[in-house]
Amino acid sequence: MENFLEEVNKKIHGVPLQSCYHCRKCTAGCPTASHMEYNPNKVIKMIQNGKRDQVLNSKTIWLCLSCETCITRCPNQVDIARMMDVLRQMAIEEGVGAREKNVLKFHESFLSNMKMGGRINEPLMMVQYKLKSGDLFSDAVMGVEMFMKGKLSLLSPRTKDIKSVKDIFEKTKQS
Amino acid sequence: MKVSYYPGCSLHATGKEYDQSMKSVSRALGIELKEVDDWSCCGSSSAHSTNFDLSIALSARNLIAAEKDALDVMVPCAACFNRFKMAEHHLKADKKLKTKIEDVVGAKYQGGIAIRNPIDIIYNEIGIDTLAAKVVKPLTGLKPVSYYGCLLLRPPDVCEFENYENPFMMDKILSSIGVDIKKWSYKTDCCGGSLAISKTSIVVDMCDKLMSAAREAGANCVVTACPLCMNNLDMRPSSGLKLPVFYFTELIALAMGLTGAKETLKSHMFDPQPLLKQLQLI
Repeated sequence: MENFLEEVNKKIHGVPLQSCYHCRKCTAGCPTASHMEYNPNKVIKMIQNGKRDQVLNSKTIWLCLSCETCITRCPNQVDIARMMDVLRQMAIEEGVGAREKNVLKFHESFLSNMKMGGRINEPLMMVQYKLKSGDLFSDAVMGVEMFMKGKLSLLSPRTKDIKSVKDIFEKTKQS
Repeated sequence: MKVSYYPGCSLHATGKEYDQSMKSVSRALGIELKEVDDWSCCGSSSAHSTNFDLSIALSARNLIAAEKDALDVMVPCAACFNRFKMAEHHLKADKKLKTKIEDVVGAKYQGGIAIRNPIDIIYNEIGIDTLAAKVVKPLTGLKPVSYYGCLLLRPPDVCEFENYENPFMMDKILSSIGVDIKKWSYKTDCCGGSLAISKTSIVVDMCDKLMSAAREAGANCVVTACPLCMNNLDMRPSSGLKLPVFYFTELIALAMGLTGAKETLKSHMFDPQPLLKQLQLI
C-alpha cells in the first residue's frame, strides 16, 4: 500500500517532495504564512513523516492563496502550490472536510453558481455563499453600494450551451 | 491586428470598467476584438482548489471554442489568463491527460493559438511609440505605482511573462502616457485574491500593507491589470489608507481622450474623480 508521501507525490505528478531541503524560501515568500499553523515547508516535512490526519485537517491548506510565489522561488522546483491543491482535494475526497469551513463553502457556492449559468452571476453567487455560511450581514453595506454603482448586474448573460458545461461537471465528478 | 477576446465573468460585472476601457482602447489602437463564441467561466480558484480535472476541462472548453477563430486569444483578466496558461501547460505536457480532457469536453484541443494578456499585446504588437503618439492629454501629476499581482506572472514557466520578479511592461506603457511612475517593491505581491469573501480580515491586512507601501513610495494612486486585485484594493484597505485604483486601460483611454473615458471612473468604490479634478485631468 502507498504511504502518504507516495500518494501525494503521485498526485502532484512532478518533482517529488523528497527534493525539498528545507531552505524555507517558500515560507519566507508566502503571504499567508503568518496565519498558518504549519508553514509550507513544515507541511512537506509532515508529509514525509506520514502525518496524514494533521495535514489534511490543517488550516494551512485552506489559507494557501495559490499565488504561486513558493514554486517560483523554490530552488528545486517543488510545486508547493500544486501540493496544496492536492491536499485540499484529498481532504474533500476523504470526507475530512475543510478546517477553514467558509473557504470551502465559498468554492462550493462559486462552482454551483457556475453550473447553473455557465458563467458567474456575482450577486446570486454571494447570496448562495451567505446562505451556506450563515454569514449574512458582512459586506451588506458594500453590496448595496456596489449595486447602486451598477457593478452588480442581476441579469448577466449566460452560456447558451449550458449542457456542455454541466457535462464537464458530471464527467469530472469525484466518486 | 485581430484577436479573439475572452472577457470572463468579472468583466461583465464588478470589472465592467476594465471591459469598457479595454474595448475603447483596442478600437483606438487598431486591435479588432472577436469575442469567443458562447464562452463559459474559466473555473477560477474554486475549480483548481477542489478538482484538478474540472479546472483543466473548464479552461479547455474555452480554449477549444477560441481555436475555431484561429486567432491569438486576448485575456484581460489575470485570473482567467493564468487558468488558460495552466491548462495549456498541462495539456501540452501530458498526453494521457489531454485524451482524458478531450473526452470530458467532447472536442479536440489543438494548442495552436497563443494565449495573451493585453499588456503584452499593447507593448509588443502596438508598441510604446505608437501609443505615445496617440496621447492627446498626458496625465501629468498622476503618480501611480504599477501593481501586477500574482497571476500574470507565476509560475513563470507557465505564464511566460517578462521579468517575473520585477516586470516593467506596464510601467513603460504608463510612462508613455505621461504619468510619473513611482518605484516600489510590491509589484508582484499578492492582494489576497479569493479569500476576500471567506477570510476578509487576512485580505484587509494584505491590502493595508500594499497601500502603505504605495504611500511610502510617494504614489497618489495604484494601477492594476486584474479585476480581482481591483476589487480587493478598491474595497478592502482600511479607510485611512485607501488610494484611487485604476485599470491601466482606463488611464490609456483618458490620455487618448477617448469617448466614455470619464464614465468608467464613476463606478469605482473609492472615487478617483476628486484626484483627477485636482490635477485638472478631467
